Amino acid sequence: MNAADRNEASEIELLLPWHAAGTLSARDAQRVEAALADDPELADRYEAVREELGQTIELNETLGAPSARVMAELFAKIDAEPVRRPHLSVTLAARVREFFASRSPRTLAWSASAAALAIMLQAGVIGGFLLKDHGGGHTETFETASAVMSTPGNGSYAMIRFQPKANMADITQFLEANKLMIVGGPAAGGLYRVMVATTKLQRDALVDRIKKLQEDKVIGFIAAQTE
Amino acid sequence: MQVLFARHHVRVYRFVLRLVRNEATAEDLISEVFLDVWRQAQKFEGRSAVSTWILSMARFKALSSLRRRTEDELDDETAGTIEDPEDNPETALAKKDKGAALRQCLEKLSAEHREIVDLVYYHEKSVAEVSSIVGIPEATVKTRMFYARKKLSELLKEHGIDRGWP
Repeated sequence: MNAADRNEASEIELLLPWHAAGTLSARDAQRVEAALADDPELADRYEAVREELGQTIELNETLGAPSARVMAELFAKIDAEPVRRPHLSVTLAARVREFFASRSPRTLAWSASAAALAIMLQAGVIGGFLLKDHGGGHTETFETASAVMSTPGNGSYAMIRFQPKANMADITQFLEANKLMIVGGPAAGGLYRVMVATTKLQRDALVDRIKKLQEDKVIGFIAAQTE
Repeated sequence: MQVLFARHHVRVYRFVLRLVRNEATAEDLISEVFLDVWRQAQKFEGRSAVSTWILSMARFKALSSLRRRTEDELDDETAGTIEDPEDNPETALAKKDKGAALRQCLEKLSAEHREIVDLVYYHEKSVAEVSSIVGIPEATVKTRMFYARKKLSELLKEHGIDRGWP
């Protein structure tokens, strides 16, 4: 092995952690793959890198999550901030770039399946919208037959998306005034699952309830959710 | 903001917790981080991933918090994190379980080494992104990761596990 080969070998060795994490450029990944195929010793060391990666993920996953106090305090502080329009430059393009840039091929593979599932669920929501007549009249309302975030049990539920401009105080006031409880979400499209009654309402009663809630200014979208 | 918080807060919390090693402090810090995200959102130019930007702020806050602690506190904490391999029954078990031994050794790395290992392996940050978060050249990112791994191998050797490298 000449000096150039040795330099290349050490450069490749330095890249192994990023190769294992799937964050190398396609060109570098190809270089590493070629080196691994030619050098069994390097391939053994790569196995060690993969072990480190697995255990680092496991270690971090055992750290748990922050308590609900953090979110409550944060949004209380934000609500206390002087009123201004949030201007986060997270454009759709930036978010898409972030999504793909921040994910390794292995994560992307999983995400592709998740995306397919999300599309199916979304299709389920859309497909489940039923325009119905009630009591022979022309009252139209929406109802989802989707199982998005659905859990069995008593109570009546709706899927809600809040207006983007609605602030925390408005939403809190809306939830309190209508005795609603968020029980799931946010799901794809910013949808939250909300318990609108602790008992199983009759369909007409549920439709009336949803129509009343729909009039509130914080609501961007609402649909009753059936089991 | 809620979506941003929901998407990133757990990973940011874990990143900070690994640096400050105190849950209450980590919670306070991520609250400060996301408040700054809210306040400085207009300054974000989209040249890096949002998560990289947030992790940079989180790192700065964690290091500032660590600097505020007295030397004594740090000494006590450091002493507390170093376990006696002879006295700890877990260590005996770890010898039989390579994965557990690896996790123990990952905990014993210095803050500088823990940070880079977490960023690369757990937060899936590229060389350029780690360089941006930590504020060091890309070549240094690669060598620092190399030395972190080397130290890990040495610690494993102390646990009786020889990986044959370095």
